[in-house]
Amino acid sequence: MAKNKFKLKHHINYIGVGLFLVITSVMMFMGVLNRSTANLITQIAYSIILAVSLNLVVGFLGELSLGHAGFMCVGSYLGCFFAKYMFAFTDSKLLVLIVSMLVGGLVAAVFGFIIGLPALRLKGDYLAIVTLAFGEIVRTIFKNLDTFGGALGLSTKKYGSELFIIALIVVLIMLFVMQNLIRSKHGRAITAIRDNEIAARAMGINVTFYKLLVFVVSAFFAGIAGVIYGHYATPVLYSFFSYNYSIEILVMVVLGGMGSITGSIIAATLITYINFVLTTNLSGDLAALKFLIYAIILIAMIIFNNAPALNPVKERLGDYKNKVLNKITGLLIKKKYDPSQVVDDHAAWHRIPSKIKMDALLSLDITDKNNQNGGDKK
Amino acid sequence: MSEIMLETKNLGISFGGLKAVDNVNISVKKGQLYGLIGPNGAGKTTLFNLLTGVYKPTSGSFYLDGEELTEKSQEQINHKGIARTFQNIRLFNNMSVIRNVMVGLHNQPEFKCNPFVSMFRLPGHFSSEKKMREKAKELLRIFDLEEERNNLACNLPYGKQRKLEIARALATNPKLLLLDEPAAGMNPNETAELMDIIRFVREKFDMTILLIEHDMKLVAGICEEVTVLNFGTELASGETSEVLNNPKVITAYLGDDEE
Repeated sequence: MAKNKFKLKHHINYIGVGLFLVITSVMMFMGVLNRSTANLITQIAYSIILAVSLNLVVGFLGELSLGHAGFMCVGSYLGCFFAKYMFAFTDSKLLVLIVSMLVGGLVAAVFGFIIGLPALRLKGDYLAIVTLAFGEIVRTIFKNLDTFGGALGLSTKKYGSELFIIALIVVLIMLFVMQNLIRSKHGRAITAIRDNEIAARAMGINVTFYKLLVFVVSAFFAGIAGVIYGHYATPVLYSFFSYNYSIEILVMVVLGGMGSITGSIIAATLITYINFVLTTNLSGDLAALKFLIYAIILIAMIIFNNAPALNPVKERLGDYKNKVLNKITGLLIKKKYDPSQVVDDHAAWHRIPSKIKMDALLSLDITDKNNQNGGDKK
Repeated sequence: MSEIMLETKNLGISFGGLKAVDNVNISVKKGQLYGLIGPNGAGKTTLFNLLTGVYKPTSGSFYLDGEELTEKSQEQINHKGIARTFQNIRLFNNMSVIRNVMVGLHNQPEFKCNPFVSMFRLPGHFSSEKKMREKAKELLRIFDLEEERNNLACNLPYGKQRKLEIARALATNPKLLLLDEPAAGMNPNETAELMDIIRFVREKFDMTILLIEHDMKLVAGICEEVTVLNFGTELASGETSEVLNNPKVITAYLGDDEE
């Protein structure tokens, strides 16, 4: 049985992120990794968390949410605010980071619950408007609260470049939770709601519960991403969590493929990397070109993903990818040769009668004798 | 056999001034195959929607096994034991065949497992998942769909999609199964097969079935009792052969001779 077969497909995300984590940390301790690369990796890490958690809402539940940066904003401000006061009691940076991530995540989750409530009644564009408004309202509120630094932003204690190790570990934990959720009966219920809500209700799926669950889980991780961002970039500034950033996360999700976690990871990495390279390399007057180049790359990627004319190219790439994946699986586990599993593509051809048999078949008189006269009349 | 499974009392709904279903009294006995027929727009599917909680009735009430379900939500009604199929097939198209059935099994008490157990793969997750898969396979075997279990539901041929919908409804372990035009769009061979399936389901699962159908051959072949709806009201009900020969029913379907 294929029960216990190791499926690379199911573990590729852990392996990919895990390898990345190991390699970069080794480089870090050898002193080969420079500061800016470490910062880039932190950025990539929280982008992945944001993209995957938004994918749960957009790709799996099928609701359009444009306020993901809003959840991130709540988590970021409150988590970092908490961290600031916690430093008065303890010096352990790691402990403060972990506790503040939990606090930020939980507060964001509460807001996720509140935003999830209208999601029960609103669909599509209308929900998008509500979430969009939420994102803008939240950041305006923080802008006007002096407790959180007001327009100057909330200054936080800056963590060193080794923050990326924690960030990548959080990515791993998040992937574990998300993938487990999706590959369980609850994940099936969520995708069932996306595919056909009426049928899902008729099957007794508690739609209210699952919609709220998805919003809460998604907001929780967005809040955690916010806290990581808050400790990476100081001060936490309200202007970062604008509508544009929500859209950027959505672009990652759409580009990577709705409902594909691996896709979200790759797209988040790619987009963050492109942004980073453009920002660092284009200086002076050329900086204006950043958005132009960024947009052109996005358009090119979308055309590549959707243009029918490019299908043959994509197929060839897909074959190549499968070959590579199979080879990797082959290296990891030794397959036992099982003759019953071997499917010969040409086997079916033998069942087609040879020419002689065909002639015999065709010469048979299959017309119904009784009806022949009746048929002639017409 | 004489126990009453489903009973409606003066059930009705009006949309504005239009009485889509009005004063319908039907009682389906346990284990019975009950037909619901009538011309287009007679309110048959609306009655189904009332019975499954999609619409709330504006008058009257209905009872399943003696328990009133009139004000219950769709989910609750399903938990109480009414499952349905749809006139226009509503499968979970982007999910595989077996997953469709597993969604149906979602609320069975033996597969209970809360989201946190699943998220962290705590003990209990794998065993319940495995049991669910086995149960789903068993159901698919009955409907001869086991071979296709890993295909996407939208890639199945029409007849098999119909069968899958019935399998998915049965997975919720209902007491009463509502079939909304199961033979729509099927050729005579497929209809004959469907009749066998319905009979088989009834015996194997000891199921009470209420079905809407336009195919009179099917209705006459398997239903014991039928109710005819016309313009939302009951035109006739009783034993199949009697009702189908009732001049009023023939008039409703074919129009008056005089005209």
